Amino acid sequence: MSEPRPASDSRSAILGRLRACGESGPLPSLDTAVLQRRQWPATERVARLRKGMEAVHTEFLDATPDTWPAVVRAFCDREGLKNLLFGPTSAAGRALLASWAPGGTQLMPYDRPVEAFKQELFTGVDAGFTGTVGGVAETGGLLLMPGPAEPRLMSLVPPIHLALLRASTIQDSFWSAVKNLGWGRSLPPNALLISGPSKTADIEQTLAYGVHGPKRLIVVLVDDLN
Amino acid sequence: MHAETDIHFRDAAAKALLDPQLRANFRRAMDGLIAKRRAQFPDPGDLQDLRHLSTAIRSRSLLNLPDLLEQFETNCTKNGIQVHWAETCEQANELILAILRSKGAKTLVKGKSMVSEEMHLNAFLESKGIEALESDLGEYIIQLDGETPSHIIMPAIHKNKDQIARQFSQKIKDAKYTEDVDELTAMARRVLRQKFLDADAGLSGVNFAVAETGTLCLVENEGNGRMSTHVPPLHIAVMGLEKVVATLEDVAPLYAILTRSATGQAVSTYFNLITGPRGEGEMDGPQEVHLVILDNGRSRMYADPQLRATLRCIRCGACMNHCPVYTRVGGHAYEAIYPGPIGKILTPQMEGVGARHDLIHGSSLCGACAEVCPVEIPIPEILVRLRREATHEDAGSNVVGRGTGRTATEDWAWRIWAGVLKRPIVYRLASWFATRFGRALPAGAPLIKNWTQTRSKPVPARRSLAERVRAEGVPHV
Repeated sequence: MSEPRPASDSRSAILGRLRACGESGPLPSLDTAVLQRRQWPATERVARLRKGMEAVHTEFLDATPDTWPAVVRAFCDREGLKNLLFGPTSAAGRALLASWAPGGTQLMPYDRPVEAFKQELFTGVDAGFTGTVGGVAETGGLLLMPGPAEPRLMSLVPPIHLALLRASTIQDSFWSAVKNLGWGRSLPPNALLISGPSKTADIEQTLAYGVHGPKRLIVVLVDDLN
Repeated sequence: MHAETDIHFRDAAAKALLDPQLRANFRRAMDGLIAKRRAQFPDPGDLQDLRHLSTAIRSRSLLNLPDLLEQFETNCTKNGIQVHWAETCEQANELILAILRSKGAKTLVKGKSMVSEEMHLNAFLESKGIEALESDLGEYIIQLDGETPSHIIMPAIHKNKDQIARQFSQKIKDAKYTEDVDELTAMARRVLRQKFLDADAGLSGVNFAVAETGTLCLVENEGNGRMSTHVPPLHIAVMGLEKVVATLEDVAPLYAILTRSATGQAVSTYFNLITGPRGEGEMDGPQEVHLVILDNGRSRMYADPQLRATLRCIRCGACMNHCPVYTRVGGHAYEAIYPGPIGKILTPQMEGVGARHDLIHGSSLCGACAEVCPVEIPIPEILVRLRREATHEDAGSNVVGRGTGRTATEDWAWRIWAGVLKRPIVYRLASWFATRFGRALPAGAPLIKNWTQTRSKPVPARRSLAERVRAEGVPHV
């Protein structure tokens, strides 16, 4: 085994070899007609998203722009959740906080760096609540942009993830979402698509839910189409 | 002349064929995957359109590869992702070790990464006193037994649940014996969540790298990829240099065809886009993100216009699921990190066409792989090309081990064949002997034995066609 070369040498050696292969020549054209065909009216987009996500064990709660905080609260009470992790500075988080009656499920703000409460996050939180920036009708799926107001682990570590989805934000496909949300131009440090609770089929191809991430995904679907 | 070690696929395949449990495990799994994939493509026209688009996107990306890699690096750096380049696996391993040591990291939790398998990273880090733990359930299962993946998407597909139940009850602390898949999964969850919580660093692969935004895309169902990349304070990603595409719009159809081809899912549970470490004001996410871009023979494949197609691969595994050879012998018989049809063209190009002569010939060239490949890699054509490379030293070829797959037996066979065909008298004599005495040759005679081991011995006609035609009075035969 030879002594590894400094990394900068590797870089120029690799790029040099690739460049030595000559000019790139004419590029094949891209026919995106097959992607453009994936279009549906708004109400059908909602139905498709729901069907796709329910097929992988996502649960739905119906709500309106006014009732959704109460719907979230009723779910927490029904499930007997001890607490609900939320982002206190996000728009959805503020609305939730404003309507939250004392007693029962405690609202738990994610307002410290994770290092300050990692153990508690992993073992002491029953559910996390996040907003979404959209949904994907074609396959079913939620689009999330975690950040300072809604930290990344809220939708991953607690055993239940509640996500607020406004029907009007559901896009036709992931492709159209990338275009319409401007994701192709710039992205925050983390963005993601979630289509259901964590799952695996690594043992005999038998589906098992809740392997590493949330065991349940609850979509609070806000009907704001009219 | 090549060494005799290169017949291992034949031997390993013969052994695998005699293992009814292994064959049943693979048959069931592959049938399931084939059916699920088919269900995802109800419209053959749409499938072909999506394949053509995906092929065009991957071809374009490769045509622009050096430019895209530089653009990608610039944007990653702008986003705070530290980019490293490695020509070889050894170099990549050393780079990762140096990054881990600079942070004092002793434990590494891993999301699934075939490139890290290619590097034998786990064994390397263990030898340096760093624990590298696989967290994908399938990878975790095989790591407990010190095995390698038998499938690139479903690494533990060779095991059934009884085998896993026994293994867990023996190797996981306080585990009871159960064959219930949910309970087995829960056991792994319990062990691994603690590991995510404690790990000093996380490692992942990269499914697609986006040049325009400097983004790493990760496709997964379990959430272990997100755990590995967001929970520990340090995230290291490894990728082959071919993974880069121009834009996130380009990724959309590739992602759509990847999950459908791989596991028959319209979409994976998670599609994670990582564009930087913990940002300003963020409460979580890694403090540092490093990316190691690995060559390991890829730039050599890139230089050859035909072999370059190998680099279009998006690692879906559909070629394995549909391969009549893979389905019967399973992944381990290949003794290669990448098994199945794609492995048969990838491994010899990395390790040498002479040394892995066995893989190049372990195919019936039926073409099922090329038919299902989402990016239309002509695997059978490349196999035929590599067969030639193994026995010839063509000018202009840069294939590793070219010409080293020749054997004395094969050389002599061709020489004799040519000698006979070039001389009409000798040819007539040879066919006269073959028709009169061919029947008398024992089935166990050298060379003939290789054929008759699994087939009946061919019986020559009593008179050759030429003789019969001559007897009919046709002139000049």
